[in-house]
Amino acid sequence: MEHYNMNLNLKVWRQKNSNTKGEFKMYRVENISSEMSFLEMFDVLNEKLIADGEEPIAFDHDCREGICGACSMYIDGKPHGPWHANTTCQLHMRAFKDGDTIVVEPWRANAFPVIKDLVVDRTAFDRIIQAGGYISVNTGNAVDGNSLPINKDKADASFAAAMCIGCGACVAACKNSSAMLFLSAKVSHLALLPQGEPERHSRVLNMIDQMDKEGFGSCTNTGACEATCPKEISISNIAKLNQEYLCASLTSEK
Amino acid sequence: MTWKQMFTSSVGKKLIMGFTGIFLILFLIVHVALNACIWANDGGKMFNAGAHFMGGTVVPRILEIGLFAGFILHIIQGIMLEIQNRKARGNVKYAVNYNNRGSKWYSRSMGLLGTLILLFLIMHIAHFWLPNRSHQGFLLGEEINLYETMKDVFSNVWVVVLYVVGCISLAYHLAHGFQSAFRTIGVHNKRYNKMLTSIGYAFAIIVPLAFALMPVSFYLGWIN
Repeated sequence: MEHYNMNLNLKVWRQKNSNTKGEFKMYRVENISSEMSFLEMFDVLNEKLIADGEEPIAFDHDCREGICGACSMYIDGKPHGPWHANTTCQLHMRAFKDGDTIVVEPWRANAFPVIKDLVVDRTAFDRIIQAGGYISVNTGNAVDGNSLPINKDKADASFAAAMCIGCGACVAACKNSSAMLFLSAKVSHLALLPQGEPERHSRVLNMIDQMDKEGFGSCTNTGACEATCPKEISISNIAKLNQEYLCASLTSEK
Repeated sequence: MTWKQMFTSSVGKKLIMGFTGIFLILFLIVHVALNACIWANDGGKMFNAGAHFMGGTVVPRILEIGLFAGFILHIIQGIMLEIQNRKARGNVKYAVNYNNRGSKWYSRSMGLLGTLILLFLIMHIAHFWLPNRSHQGFLLGEEINLYETMKDVFSNVWVVVLYVVGCISLAYHLAHGFQSAFRTIGVHNKRYNKMLTSIGYAFAIIVPLAFALMPVSFYLGWIN
């Protein structure tokens, strides 16, 4: 692919903190290489803002190699930008043309309040994980891995669900701000394996209970989450979650 | 987990929507099959016999209570979910919407389509169910000639148009609702989901089309 430089207009959401109202501000960045990542373009902009004595734009980032789930920008109407199965840090500027205007917003959901600019508070996900995203293991020596036979298809399905990096793009894309794709990935991941069996029922009930407390919406199976997920988590995990819930709640004796 | 908790969690509420939705889909099959008797072209004899069985015998009339319960549950739960989901979205809206890149417009508009169907339903009940039942004294009294009522109601072009609009809303509501209901109650097998999606689209086309053809047939004089 041919390398080129571009000048861009950015319309970025600026918000001082969670208590103040935010607004869009226009910025211009020049000489942006098509080989840069979207976050590197923001670094260039922030360098310029700092040099000009302005407040740099706050945004979440960590590994910058698409596996940590920290970056979280809603770019031109799509979480993580226009590319399929991609994170913001892995979005490269060759996705844009010279002279483009790019609109960058934070995730929008009541359960994800804006902390500053493009940074939102996603600790609701941590609390959902704490409510049931664990397994019981015996103390002592590690068990021989081959002593526990696992069906290959199930192991693959479990691994596909475990790919979820908890970035929250599903919530950002969902018209109901539902966290069901995230939750269903976590529940499926463990429910498919024998190691997840002891807490199988309490896990799904506790995690859904926590999700409801956090104020996420309900799933209406529109498929927007699946289409935007950087790790291509399948929406069939949500149906699997529903089945887990139905079994667990029907057989509960309390 | 109590029964109340089971059906009031976010997933539990959806279970109610899914189960009542499938129940209402089953009702549509009965309704469309019975109404199709108007095409027997026998001056409404077969249709009125069917209508008499449904409206003038005890068991279908008791089942009718269950049908109303299904409708009311589906409607009230739907409205409550819509309110709750809008609240979850928060006050600040996106400047650029995600739109059709990830989902179908009718999947995102189930609340709107449902409201259109509800408005249609009120008109529909006022046209047929209410006059018939009030004539019966709401018990098992003598019925009105529903075939003649249909002829009369569907002689007005605007009523025919409204019925067709109602059927189009139903078609799109079913296009999403049919397969979504099965996902909601936990069908996650890929083979079954594929089949249910296909059946859902076929159902969403055939059943509302048959319904829409009824007023049209009367208006254009295709029967008799």
